[in-house]
Amino acid sequence: MSWIENRFEEGLIITSLDWAINWGRKNSIWPMTFGLACCAIEMMAVGASRFDIDRFGAGAFRASPRQSDLMIVAGTVTYKMASRLKRLYNQMPEPKYVIAMGACTIGGGPYFKHGYHVVKGVDLVVPVDVYIPGCPPRPEALLEGLMRLQDKITHQTRAKNPMSRLKESALA
Amino acid sequence: MATTVIETRPDVLIDFDKESQGDVRTEEMLINMGPQHPATHGVLRVVLRTDGELILESVPHIGYLHRCAEKIGENLQPYQFIPYTDRMDYLAGMNNNQAYAIAIEQLVGIEVPERALYIRMIFAELNRIASHLVAFGTYGLDMGAFTPFLYSFREREMILDLFESACGARLTYSYINVGGVHDDLPDKFLDVLLEYLDYFEPKVAEYNQLLSYNHIFVKRTANVGVISAADAVGWALTGPVLRGSGVNWDLRKSTPYEIYDRFEFDVPVGLPGGSEGVPQSVVVGDCWCRYMVRVLEMLQSCRIIRQAIKQMPDGPHLAGKLKNLKLPDDEIYVEIENPRGQLGFYVRGDGSTIPARVKARGPSFCNISILNHVGSGCLLADIPAIVGSIDIVMGEVDR
Repeated sequence: MSWIENRFEEGLIITSLDWAINWGRKNSIWPMTFGLACCAIEMMAVGASRFDIDRFGAGAFRASPRQSDLMIVAGTVTYKMASRLKRLYNQMPEPKYVIAMGACTIGGGPYFKHGYHVVKGVDLVVPVDVYIPGCPPRPEALLEGLMRLQDKITHQTRAKNPMSRLKESALA
Repeated sequence: MATTVIETRPDVLIDFDKESQGDVRTEEMLINMGPQHPATHGVLRVVLRTDGELILESVPHIGYLHRCAEKIGENLQPYQFIPYTDRMDYLAGMNNNQAYAIAIEQLVGIEVPERALYIRMIFAELNRIASHLVAFGTYGLDMGAFTPFLYSFREREMILDLFESACGARLTYSYINVGGVHDDLPDKFLDVLLEYLDYFEPKVAEYNQLLSYNHIFVKRTANVGVISAADAVGWALTGPVLRGSGVNWDLRKSTPYEIYDRFEFDVPVGLPGGSEGVPQSVVVGDCWCRYMVRVLEMLQSCRIIRQAIKQMPDGPHLAGKLKNLKLPDDEIYVEIENPRGQLGFYVRGDGSTIPARVKARGPSFCNISILNHVGSGCLLADIPAIVGSIDIVMGEVDR
């Protein structure tokens, strides 16, 4: 980029719009307080003193879906809860992301065989971005999952709406 | 009818003459609190019928976390069902393991080695501390104080480290199993545990300074949601909720199971305002009493653990084989004191290796039943205080 060198004073930053927006998005993911079961306790531990999810900019847990970017489905989803979960997901503003935390949300987990009231995977209800296995996953695993989500956001582009795929399945 | 005093909240005055000026039409309103609400501790849904700020009715609706635990118990062998008991009351996995293990042992007639009994009891008490720490921290959150949560989780993480060194898991342990505990203690575990107790006990005084005697906290919890002793017994409440109402009933003391009769400890109960260490405005059976019983119980658990460390015997930690136990054609009902109250397991065998019926009596399920009785007549902002002080775990309510 020799044609641009030394032509501006200090303080000028050149970047792509994609990069700047994604940088902002990935470092301020606001999760929703959506603890369902055991995994919620590990999610709380991630928010507390030792693990401190605030280091990744995702510590502002919001009580309302209207203010959140990320739904961490932490715990077993039952048939009675599934319709509420879908409604909460639909209430979130875009861009929105879902982390399926724990074995139950991935595919029913320990309740797969005899759990007559357990949804066998939250991806049957809402589209999922990152799956975190474990029963429950360790807090480090949730942080790792969050970083994978950040990677995913880094590669988003304005030219192609990443939500178009999600929209179709959410409305289905 | 100029000024009306609400019976349950004498400090709240409503001037009806002033309120009714200007032909304001008022009507009752139904508010859904939950299942996604930060103050309901999981997926509890409370339907509130309100008249302004006043609660006329608060009906808890449950079933959002029904995970079929009892049915699973009727399809698996006892040692396979132990991990599911972890997930019932996920804040007190050890206590739940212990309850089911005791039930099966008494049904089959297994003699548990001495060392295993001591290890079990240490872990059950440690888990009681960990569970009460979560109750303490989240109750602060409910009352709008974020800091105590960080402090309590700092100490809780250290307990989880101890658990992890023994059984490898942070939350769902499956450590206490039928016939003992599935692994012996790691090297130097008791030394580290003693160090931890020395560190932890002074912290409770810090908690009291931080939250218990905080003026705002006392204002929000004292004389709110008062449950009388007669009501508490009548609604079959157990655990800190019962003891907060001044009833001295703790299964560890009144009908000791396993080896609890070998230790000295006190049972904290709710005390009236003005007693030693109790603010003036407190009434026996209010939210503050229930909260304080938990804080004091943590110290008593430390006391029990210290005695157990001194008496710890050597020997095996497991009584032989666990798998393919033939359950006799008989039934058993066992109750133990879980951090939330009396956790009972009913197991009926039919001669095969799989129980014919498993039924659990969850303390949270019974305790939450009083919500409508105590919540009616309160103010809207008191509902989180009451729900938080009952300290429910929805995994156990719905099972």
